[in-house]
Amino acid sequence: MKIGAALCVLLLSVIAVHAAEIATADRKSGFEFMGRDTQAMQTDDTSNPGMLNVLDGGALWERPEGADKKACASCHGDASQRMKGVAARYPAFDATAGQVVDLGQRINLCRRDHQKAPELAYESRDLLALSAFVARQSRGQPIAIADDARSANALMQGRKLFNERMGQLNLSCAICHDDNWGQKLGGTSIPQGHPNGYPLYRLEWQAMGSLQRRLRNCMIGMRAEPFSYGSSEFIALELFLMQRAQGMAMESPAVRP
Amino acid sequence: MMETRRIFLVRSAGLVALAGGVLAGGRSQATPQAMAALIAEIAAGREIKKGKVTLDLPPLIDNGNAVPMTVTVDSPMSERDYVKTIHVVNEKNPQPHVIVCHLGPRSGRAAFSTRIKLADAQTVTAIAEMSDGTLWMDSASVIVTLAACLEDIL
Amino acid sequence: MARALINVPQQAKPGEIIEIKALISHPMETGFRVGHNGQLIPRDIVQTFICTYDGEEIFKADYSPAIAANPFISFFTRATKSGDIVLTWRGDNGFEASETVHIQVA
Repeated sequence: MKIGAALCVLLLSVIAVHAAEIATADRKSGFEFMGRDTQAMQTDDTSNPGMLNVLDGGALWERPEGADKKACASCHGDASQRMKGVAARYPAFDATAGQVVDLGQRINLCRRDHQKAPELAYESRDLLALSAFVARQSRGQPIAIADDARSANALMQGRKLFNERMGQLNLSCAICHDDNWGQKLGGTSIPQGHPNGYPLYRLEWQAMGSLQRRLRNCMIGMRAEPFSYGSSEFIALELFLMQRAQGMAMESPAVRP
Repeated sequence: MMETRRIFLVRSAGLVALAGGVLAGGRSQATPQAMAALIAEIAAGREIKKGKVTLDLPPLIDNGNAVPMTVTVDSPMSERDYVKTIHVVNEKNPQPHVIVCHLGPRSGRAAFSTRIKLADAQTVTAIAEMSDGTLWMDSASVIVTLAACLEDIL
Repeated sequence: MARALINVPQQAKPGEIIEIKALISHPMETGFRVGHNGQLIPRDIVQTFICTYDGEEIFKADYSPAIAANPFISFFTRATKSGDIVLTWRGDNGFEASETVHIQVA
C-alpha cells in the first residue's frame, strides 16, 4: 500500500491535472482494460463465478418470504421478461421512499412493503445474490437513467463528489478515471470507472461485491474515510456514475481483477 | 577484529531476513529448494525430460488470486499408452503443491484447465507421468501484477 | 449445499471426446491468511474432486490451497455409452457436494 501511495504521488507530480469528461465515443467498459483470460472468465457462464450467485438469486426469487409468504416471483413472475432492463435504470427516484434509491434499496423496499420481510443487509450474501439475479436479466441492455427532475439534486451531488478532492492523497475520482484512464497505476491499467457490471466478481475479493464496496476500496486507496453503505453520498455517486455511463451495455455479473 | 563491509552487509541481510520471518508469524514458504525436493519425490530417481507437456499460463496476469492454467500432454491416450498423472508445482507459494490430476485411457485427451493462486511472480512446473513410467515436464514464468486500490490498509 | 455449475454436452456420438467443465462455490481458504483479529484463518479447502462416468472413475484431482476460490475445473472424456456423469467434491470440515448429469450417447 505504501508503494501504491508513493506511486499516486509520483503520478500526480508528472501529469497536468485538468478535469475533462470522457467523450461518448471514447467510453470503454472496464472489460476492455482486462487481460484476455479475465475476459474469458466473464463471458463463459460456466467459468464466471458470479453466475453461482445468480443461481442463488434465482432460488431466492422463487422463495416465499416474510409474514405474507410472498416470493418476488408471486408479483413479478418471470424475471427474464419482467426484470429485463430494470437494473439498467437504477438508481432512480422512488415515490414511496421519497428519495433516490439504488437496486439493493429497491429490493429491500419490496421486502418491507410487499413481503413484510426483514431488510437484507448491504453486502449480505442474499442481497448480492438477488441483485445479481435481477441485474443478470439486463445483460446487454443499455444503461438508461431516466431524466427525472426529482433526482436532479442527487445527480448534482454525485457529480460534485466525483470531481471533489478527498483523502490524504488529495485525489478525486475524476483525476484517475476522467483524466488518466488507460495509464498505469502500479502494474494495473486505470479503467474509466464505469458501473456497468455490478454486482460483480472481483478477483481481489475472491467474491461478489456491490458498486458501493468498490467505491469504498477507491476511497481507502485515496486515504479518505469511506462513506457508509446506503448513505446518500454513495447513492448520489452511483447515480452519477450510471448517468455518466448512459447507453453502455450492462455486463452483470461482470468479472474484474 | 575489523568487520569488512561485505560481512556487515551479510549480517544485516540475515537480520532483515530474521525480522521478516518474525513479522510473517513464522509462516512456511515454498522455496525453489522446496520445489526441487517435491520434484525429486515425484521423480523417485527417474529422469524427467523436457517435452510432451505444455503448461499454459498467461505471462502477465491481472490478479494472482485466480490465474487460469491449462496443462496439455501429447499422448494417444490409448489402453497401452496414456498419461497416468499430472503434477503441478510452484516455487513461491506457501506450499510447493498446486494440483495432482489422475487420468486414464478413458480421458480421450490428456488435458485439464483450472484456476490457481500465485502469491508472487514465479516459475510454475508441470510434470506428467506416463503409463510406461517415463516423466515429462514443462515450466512457465508468470508475472503477477498487484491491484492498486484495495480494501484493507496494512 | 454448495452451488455448482456444470457444463456437459447432453448428447454425444460413441467415441467422441467431450469436455466437462465444473465450477463450485467454495472459499478455498488457504490457512495462511491472517484475519482482522490477527489470528490465522483456519484452512478450509476442497481436497479432492472425482468424476465418474457410468460408475467408473475417469478423472480425479487432488487440490491444494493454491487452487483459486470457487474452484473451476475442465477436462475431457471419451463418450462410451449413455449414462450418468457424477461429479463429487470433498474437503475440509466434512465438505461434500455432488452433481449428476445424464449423457445420451448414440
